[in-house]
This record gives sequence, C-alpha cells and structure tokens, in this order.
Amino acid sequence: MRVSTDQVWEWLEAVPDPEIPVISVVDLGIVRDVRWDAETLKVIVTPTYSGCPATSVINMDIETALRDHGVEHLKIETSISPPWTTEWLSEQGRAKLEKYGIAPPQPAGGPQRCPHCGSKAVQKVSQFGSTPCKAHWRCTECMEPFDYFKCI
Amino acid sequence: MTHDEALAQFLLRMGDNTLILGHRVSEWCGHAPVLEEDIALANIALDLIGQTQMWLGLAGQIQGGQSADDLAFLRDAWDFRNVLLVEVPNGDFGRTIMRQFLFDAWHSIVLEQLQSSADDRVAAIAAKARKEVAYHLERSRDTVVGLGDGTEESHSRMQGALDYLWPYVGEMFAVDEVDAIMTDAGVAPNPFDLRAQYDALIEKVMTKATLTIPENRFAHKGGRDGRMHTEHLGHLLTQMQWLQRAYPGASW
Repeated sequence: MRVSTDQVWEWLEAVPDPEIPVISVVDLGIVRDVRWDAETLKVIVTPTYSGCPATSVINMDIETALRDHGVEHLKIETSISPPWTTEWLSEQGRAKLEKYGIAPPQPAGGPQRCPHCGSKAVQKVSQFGSTPCKAHWRCTECMEPFDYFKCI
Repeated sequence: MTHDEALAQFLLRMGDNTLILGHRVSEWCGHAPVLEEDIALANIALDLIGQTQMWLGLAGQIQGGQSADDLAFLRDAWDFRNVLLVEVPNGDFGRTIMRQFLFDAWHSIVLEQLQSSADDRVAAIAAKARKEVAYHLERSRDTVVGLGDGTEESHSRMQGALDYLWPYVGEMFAVDEVDAIMTDAGVAPNPFDLRAQYDALIEKVMTKATLTIPENRFAHKGGRDGRMHTEHLGHLLTQMQWLQRAYPGASW
C-alpha cells in the first residue's frame, strides 16, 4: 500500500510529543520530510536537543502510529543538519503550548506574558527546566511558576 | 598517520571530553545545593552525553563499525582522549562551576570554528552542539561572577577553585601531529590559535568576578594524547562501565 505523503503528514499530526502531549511531532517541527523510496516510506526526524531522552520514544511512537495505519515498509532516519530550531514550531503549536501553560518561544529571548494570567511582570528563575527545551520562569503578578519554551 | 586515523583521534578527543565531563556533572544529580541548580546540572550533563553520541558515533564509524556505546563502555583508561580538566573530581559546587566555565569557554570557541569544518559531518555536529553550549556558557559564566563577586566565603572558594584548575587549562591548546593533520585538511582549527580569544573571555569574566588569574602557565598534560591520565579517570570508569563489564551486551 502506497498512500500519499499528504495522508502520512495528516497521520503524523495526530502523534503527540511524549513530554508535551498537547502538541504533535509535526507542530514541534521535528518531522523534516516524508517520502517514498520505492516501496519504503521514509520519515526524516531531527532531534530537538542532542541528549533529549524523548527522541527514541518519539521514533517509536511514529513507527507505531504509521504501522497502525497499515504502513508495512517503514524507515525512520535521523538527520541533525540543519539543526532543529524553535522557529520550526508551528503557529498552531505555539498557541497550544500557551493554552497548556507553557509560554511559547519569543525572538526577544523571554516569554511575552505569563501563560496563566497574561501579566507581563515575569522573571527568569533558570535557563534550565523540567526538560532540555524549557526554561523556568515565574510571574510576579499571580505568583505562579511556569515553563518557557526557550529559543534555540 | 593517515587522515582517517587522525580524524578518529580528533573525534575521540571531542567525544571523550563531553562524555567524561557529562558523567562528572551527572554525579551531582540529586545532590546540588538547590533544586534549580540540580536541574541545570542534570540538563547540561544530558546535553553533553547527547553530543558524545554524535562524536563517538562518527569516530566508531570511521574506525570500522564500533558504536558510540562500544567506545564509551568497553575502552580502558589509556584509550580515552579527554583533557585532564574534565576528569578531575567535582570538589565543591564552586569548583564544579569553575571547571564548567573553563571548559564551556573553550568549547563554545572551538565549536564556533568547527561549524565551518571542511568535513560536513564534523560541521553538522558542531552546529547542533554549539546552540546547546551557548546556554551552558551563559549559566557557568553568570554563576562564576555571582559566586566570585559574592560573599567572602564564596569568593575564597572560587579563587581556590581557579588556582586549583588553572594548571589544567593549557592542555586544551596543546598541538600535536593529530592537530597538524586536521588543521592542514581544514577539518579543525589549530588549538593554539584559539588561546587569545579564550584568554580575552576568561580575563573579562574573572575581572567581573573579582578573581585573580594565576600567573603560572604550567600545564598538566597527557589526557588528550592518552599518554598519562590522572588516577581519577580509572575510578570514574569503574562507576560508568561496571554494568556493561559485568553483564556484557545488557540493554533495556
């Protein structure tokens, strides 16, 4: 069975990121290409951070999803160049992150507002957070801590 | 020495630096003075181990089919090519942060240059790692300044850390046959040529941190060429490798 790559992209849009399940692997911008190589479907995936432990889980989730949709010959390839950047996060993904309570990345290098109360009175706690891709911030208005998806 | 032999040595040096430092930093997991620092140290260790997989993965490929895991877990001390700086024990938190800064400063400069390596595979790894290391450097630099220009106690500990670690800095800029071949082939910069930029950065940060850079330029060497590691590396390896040694091929 050789389905269209558009169909494959649609399926991949339903594969959640294992660490931040509100966004898909497509929203995250880590699926770089989908193509048929003769009878084998090739999915090119790039890691977010080089040591991110979610990478192998993501590959497994992609494989499971596509096999469930009946893809028999499948190869997932890792590509590190060009390196992943937060600029590849989709608009839809950014909106979903904020709704979930994670401030989306901003070119200025810090969150635009508190994802809980919308205040602009925010303060950096640490550039390192609960996963490699996030920094730790807090809001001095509602006093809640929150994650910021940092630029890379 | 052939080009590929030199390239493999160069890749082992890059990958062993990140592997051994990554392991050292991971020893802090669950022990750091505050939660935020614990998280930061663990994340940095993770980045370094991730970078190791790329460097050693390529080294193994060039050497004829070993995996990054084979190289990490099945070599003995004399086969490691990391600089001595990264294998010295953590000491207190101040010494760990000082070692990190002295390494990050070099690491960011060398990766910047390697991005335009004549070897595309090397350039790709450097471009990926450099983005992560920018965050490492920002943190270690700010923490060195914060603790150096902090209390009397933190200042004296940071000065002690700098005095202790300074003799390990020179090895990062040593040049041998491997470097000559890599430089001629356009794969990597001449390590010695990075020193001026490094010194300028260190001086700027140490001035801000109110710390004094030791005048002595004596350098402990023997790590990056494997001639003589410190006794600490063997102890580290017994921790890191015991599972693969005791249960060869174990996986989960």
